[in-house]
Amino acid sequence: MHSLKRIGADFGWPRIIIFLFLVALFLAAPLVGVRVDASLSDVFNRFGQNVFFVLALVPMIQSGCGLNFGLSLGIIAGLLGATLSVQLGLKGAPGFFGALLLSAPFAILFGWLYGKLLNKVKGEEMTIAMYVGFAGVMFMCIMWLILPYTAPDMIWGYAGHGLRTTISVENYWIHILNDFLAVSLGPVFRFPTGEILFALLGTYLMWLFLRTRTGTAMTAVGSNPDYARASGISVDKMRTISVVISTLLGAVGIIVYQQSFGFIQLYNAPLTMPFTAIAAILIGGASVKKASMLNVMVGTFLFQGLLTMTPSVINSWLQTDMSEVVRIVVSNGIIIYALTRKTKVSK
Amino acid sequence: MSGKRSIGRFLREHAVILLFLTVTVLAIHPSGLSLVYIVQELITRLGRDSFLVLALLLPIYAGMGLNFGMTLGAMAGQIGLILAINYNLLGVYGLVFAALASLPVSLLMGYLCGVVLNRAKGREMVTGYILAFFVNGIYQFVVLYLMGSLIPVRSKAIVLSRGYGIRNTLNLDGVRQSLDTLLAVHAGPFVLPVATFLVIAALCVFIIWFKKTKLGQDMRAVGHDMHVADSAGVPVDRTRIIAIIISTVLATLGQIIFLQNMGNMATYNAHDQTSFFAVAAILVGGASVKKATIPNVFIGVVLLHALFVVSPGAGQKLFGEAMIGEYFRQFIGYGVIAVSLVLYAWRSRREAERLRDGLRGGPAANGGSQ
Repeated sequence: MHSLKRIGADFGWPRIIIFLFLVALFLAAPLVGVRVDASLSDVFNRFGQNVFFVLALVPMIQSGCGLNFGLSLGIIAGLLGATLSVQLGLKGAPGFFGALLLSAPFAILFGWLYGKLLNKVKGEEMTIAMYVGFAGVMFMCIMWLILPYTAPDMIWGYAGHGLRTTISVENYWIHILNDFLAVSLGPVFRFPTGEILFALLGTYLMWLFLRTRTGTAMTAVGSNPDYARASGISVDKMRTISVVISTLLGAVGIIVYQQSFGFIQLYNAPLTMPFTAIAAILIGGASVKKASMLNVMVGTFLFQGLLTMTPSVINSWLQTDMSEVVRIVVSNGIIIYALTRKTKVSK
Repeated sequence: MSGKRSIGRFLREHAVILLFLTVTVLAIHPSGLSLVYIVQELITRLGRDSFLVLALLLPIYAGMGLNFGMTLGAMAGQIGLILAINYNLLGVYGLVFAALASLPVSLLMGYLCGVVLNRAKGREMVTGYILAFFVNGIYQFVVLYLMGSLIPVRSKAIVLSRGYGIRNTLNLDGVRQSLDTLLAVHAGPFVLPVATFLVIAALCVFIIWFKKTKLGQDMRAVGHDMHVADSAGVPVDRTRIIAIIISTVLATLGQIIFLQNMGNMATYNAHDQTSFFAVAAILVGGASVKKATIPNVFIGVVLLHALFVVSPGAGQKLFGEAMIGEYFRQFIGYGVIAVSLVLYAWRSRREAERLRDGLRGGPAANGGSQ
């Protein structure tokens, strides 16, 4: 009994409840005529598709910058890389990795500026990050209209300029990771091996990084800035590095997402993406101040599982689409839970 | 001391206002709008928006920052309006009914918001913002699924064709501009919605009076320093909850006034940008997270909306693309909020560092007694 309570405390009740809910959904799926193998295939796919966004949150949580509500800046860098790659006509693997490379300078620049800004507003990072992200997205909305892109696949046909709202990457690098060594079992189940391997590689690299000198220093800055300063670590520098890495991973995240989803979504699309990632890592058991690779994995799996299963199961059962409501309530409920868990914000 | 220094200071303190004035004035000509049209638009928008922006004042006094949770109140107001249409209540009577019907919901929402924000001291703004998203989910559940199924709806016209849930757009014909036209005065080329202005004036009087009451004084004490207020015997948590409840109720009334002017209601989106526009307005008007006055509200509404009125036309003329104006005004709104929050956080951090240096006998203490 004692140990059960402890597991509850260690594992976090919201996480357990959501896990049980997900299990219940999987059990109920065959009863309402939803194929479990198709659902599982979806869950794996979406896991790989989203895990980089969630991973991107880790460095800033560790360095004490809180939840990165401004992840959209990294996503914008990724969008720039992806559109440039299409503009240059890069196809297949060179297109995908080209997009990654092209987005990196933007991500580093945005991250560096954004990190400098956050260093000036310690203690208020989250609200400010959110609005900096929103403003960035809106600024880019203007830019997407006036930047001189010319690739006919991307611009509005009748106007002859301005990027489209959604751009298909079908002729470029769709499913470049998903199809790599993909395993098909039965008619519908398909395991996106390449995508999952890429995700595992990213997670492993992050795990390694957090154990390097810089990674440890970053964690020290987050858990006790005064102590870190006393031991000769530059607090501001560590925080800036964490923001740059987070922004870079956001860029990687959106490109991985696009190759799986098949479309580059511009304009307002990045506006709410950070919230989904934040909900996932919090469901995984992370707090505003601490996050582990396990949190990332478990959280992404549970949250994406929930997003996949609620529409199919609940809709088949109730004959109505309640998935949107469930998504809104669960994702924002978990963020509120995390924000109210500890009453005091540390610097 | 010198005139130069005070001019520099004036420019710094009013940078946002001056920037807005400049951009707007520059955009007036390319927008191709007449001055009479712009002024009439501003009069209308003052009536439409001021009440909502005024709802932000009390939480700022109580040190809770910008109340992004005001959206909860807006949703309550929309539920009131849905009920008023359901019973086909017309004119000002319908508005009063909507206000009364939404009051219990609004009080409950305000209490909920206050309790949550008390558990998130130091990060009220981001929590309030997410809370608005969360309650939006519940609002959708109630309005889209429960209304017409569990909650009886009498009017078939407002129900979706599937038999339950409220339609996406509601026509507010019955109450459309009933408050604005109750006492409309024609002055030259302009029409003034005097009744709406009187309601707004009454709210201003209430806020001025409220600040002088015991509760109002407590609120400012809590806003100044929670620990000192607590030691002085002020019930901190309770005072904060009351500030949020009043703000939520005011936001409910504000949203009803806003929607009666608009004349129709996007059932599931009308509240999405309520806090965004209100917060942007009060910040443009010169308020900060900690300090806001009634003049800030009106200056802000005029400046923000002057830019909003001219920007689509100017965007069309300058870039040949009306959407640019639309994106531009959202960029400006979010940008203003971000910049104001940054400036405030930056200043208060510098202040804190100065104080700490003072304690340590640093430069600010002028070489203390060490």
